[in-house]
Amino acid sequence: MTADTASLPENALREVDYSQVDVARLIAELRAVLPPVALLYDSEDMRPYECDGLSIYRQVPLAVALPGTEAEVAAVLKICHAAGVPVVARGAGTGLSGGALPHAHGVLLSLARMNRIVAIDPVARTAVVQPGVRNLRISEEAAAHGLYYAPDPSSQIACSIGGNVAENAGGVHCLKYGLTVHNVMRVRGVTIAGEVVEIGNHALDAPGYDLLALMHGSEGMLAVVTEITVKLTPKPLFAQCVLAAFDDVIKAGDAVAAVIAAGIIPAGLEMMDQPATEAVEAFVHAGYPLDAAAILLCESDGTPEEVEEEIARVRAVLETHGATEIRVSRDEAERLRFWAGRKAAFPAAGRISADYYCMDGTIPRKRLGEMLTAIQGMESTYGLRCINVFHAGDGNLHPLVLFDANVPGELERAEAFGAAILDLSVDLGGTITGEHGVGIEKINQMCRQFSVPERQTFFRLKAAFDPKGLLNPGKAIPSMNRCAEFGRMHVQGGQVPHPEIERF
Amino acid sequence: MTDIEQAWAGQIREAAAHKTPLRIRGGGTKDFYGQSLDGTVLDTRAHRGVISYEPTELVVKVRAGTPLAELEAALAAEGQMLGFEPPHFGDGATVGGCVAAGLSGPRRATAGAVRDFVLGVTLLDGRGERLHFGGEVMKNVAGYDVARLMTGSLGTLGLLLDVSIKVLPLPVAEATLRFEMGADEAVAQMNRWGGQPLPVSATSWIAGVLTLRLSGAEAAVVAACQRLGGERLDDERARAHWQGLREHSHGFFGGDAPLWRLSVPSVAGPIGLAGSQLIEWGGAQRWVRTEQDAASIRARAEALGGHATLFRAADKAAGVFQPLVPTLRGIHQRLKHSFDPAGIFSPGRLYEGL
Repeated sequence: MTADTASLPENALREVDYSQVDVARLIAELRAVLPPVALLYDSEDMRPYECDGLSIYRQVPLAVALPGTEAEVAAVLKICHAAGVPVVARGAGTGLSGGALPHAHGVLLSLARMNRIVAIDPVARTAVVQPGVRNLRISEEAAAHGLYYAPDPSSQIACSIGGNVAENAGGVHCLKYGLTVHNVMRVRGVTIAGEVVEIGNHALDAPGYDLLALMHGSEGMLAVVTEITVKLTPKPLFAQCVLAAFDDVIKAGDAVAAVIAAGIIPAGLEMMDQPATEAVEAFVHAGYPLDAAAILLCESDGTPEEVEEEIARVRAVLETHGATEIRVSRDEAERLRFWAGRKAAFPAAGRISADYYCMDGTIPRKRLGEMLTAIQGMESTYGLRCINVFHAGDGNLHPLVLFDANVPGELERAEAFGAAILDLSVDLGGTITGEHGVGIEKINQMCRQFSVPERQTFFRLKAAFDPKGLLNPGKAIPSMNRCAEFGRMHVQGGQVPHPEIERF
Repeated sequence: MTDIEQAWAGQIREAAAHKTPLRIRGGGTKDFYGQSLDGTVLDTRAHRGVISYEPTELVVKVRAGTPLAELEAALAAEGQMLGFEPPHFGDGATVGGCVAAGLSGPRRATAGAVRDFVLGVTLLDGRGERLHFGGEVMKNVAGYDVARLMTGSLGTLGLLLDVSIKVLPLPVAEATLRFEMGADEAVAQMNRWGGQPLPVSATSWIAGVLTLRLSGAEAAVVAACQRLGGERLDDERARAHWQGLREHSHGFFGGDAPLWRLSVPSVAGPIGLAGSQLIEWGGAQRWVRTEQDAASIRARAEALGGHATLFRAADKAAGVFQPLVPTLRGIHQRLKHSFDPAGIFSPGRLYEGL
């Protein structure tokens, strides 16, 4: 099929060269609109911003802008728009896909100083917050009203709500309570041209196209968010967690399907394989059974009556599906202990290995066995270990590939291992990223998941918001040229995603 | 592409070449909805059937021309349902029409809207390209969320071929309670309940009666009934009540007076418009039968922090949907143009010039 390239923006065809910026003039213009503390351009001052949570990619930008108000955000964007300078928005910098990696010829726009909770309305159950507010802080502030903000990505202590919108962050409770997109009612933002837009409202829908959905997971490519209204949820009166052990991961996967088939939507449903269990047990002493091939954590929340009924049903299903051991949390301390291990999976990986590389594919749950078997094979192919934690309820798998960047070749093997997992996720009918975003990390795999016309659609869609393509260029959606090159490298093998960027 | 997809792609390219509009249509049950109906009908009903349904994955993938009733029957056979309780508005409603219209029923305030359940779509764009976005998994952030963008776009961006939808288990138990009170008190009560961990699945107020539906685990529903009091409706009356609201077969929706839908914050005060009123969605959806002028209704909705839709009316000259501010209108026009450069898909159905 012939592709219609005439209507495509330049950035869709190839990476655009932005190196011809008049840096001195740019800095002078930014200084005119920002207070001195809100502008960094000395390379040492900018070091803390050179990477996000995916630290293997680092890049110092031309300048770091730290606006404190929406007007300052708009002023910075107008300057960059007029000068044709790329802008990369950044929240707390906890992202795992390099989405907030600075652009070498661009401005890094940190929203960290915009960290005010503007208003909480306990009756309407909404909170209006600035993008730099930490995820967990919203729940802390809402707790006095018996309310909380439901999405709880594992980085919730540190990650910002603005970043959550940009990545459509999930968490361990999203099967029942939804992702960020299901819990945000409105965003206010500024386009690259410096125009303020209100998307959504405090009602349950808005006229016209669902731009609110488009903003979620858009990785800072459409507009810069300056204010967010989130939905608050009544805190469940009670929660209990079942810990079940299995002597086989496939059996554990089947048990998950059986829980869902029984008409139960647990508040959380997580799986860990034996190596993951062993890694976290040594770290947090959660009391996990170490001889199990897999453990499941299944949480029920609601009224005490509701939880009692649901836990009994979950227990019955797990017993008939081969659980070798079942424990039900007896009190809140034990429930939290059960979760402590799962939530500590990433740091635990960091403890047993010099480095780890976290993947984020999502697959139909029934294909789990195939995926885990394939990962075992890949361990020997790439000569690296991998431990697996899994949001079993929604099919989102986080294999953690363990490596040591100081051993020559291990980083490259880890990346190749990760790429193989992502390729398989697509082949199994899933996706390369469930909640971490494409960023710069998975950009080549986008060439596999989407056809040329689909990727062209993405570029045209972006151009409806950002005609010049200045917001976060080179991320999330690969240019036609990049995919063509990736296709050639893929054939030769041994590809490196970003040879142009310094690697650590 | 299948034969029918190929035929449609050809028809689209032909229409684009001659700039002749196409009107995408399933069962035609929502012909009443939206601004204008222009173009040659492209009937989607030949493209029907469930493509895949895995109850344990909570996902169904279905062709757009499939009758909504057929899909719901297939789900019910496995003890599952569409969580957003979509209205059919007549026999023959299709899944594609349901997604394109983006209308949700009584469960919306607690379970979510159509867009909250749409996981993926395959479509033909205005160039006749077959495109697939999203998927059959709950979590997917690869690329922009075009699947949700298509939801509620009234066929103005592309021709839906199939959609993947998250489904929910049918509740184990349900109970409907009735309380007599005025409208303002009812709105306050709905918001109070909304802030508590109660298994609320729908609320309504009409003519001095607040009705509440509880859905969930048996024990939770029983406990909530005991706590809340009120008069419990028998199952048949309860079903008739919610069905009447979902399908607009309730007496409130009869007659010829224009029907306005005001979507407002749940805590919004009295609507302050002439005519009769029906409240749903925990206070966030207010139906009004009124002959009052459109401009004052829109101004009132906006003052309350929401928007107004002229849902059903013989005369739509005043515009069906709340006008967009210039910046958003510009984004809408560029989005429309990016999917449908020749402007052939249901032009004017959503807004004039779109």
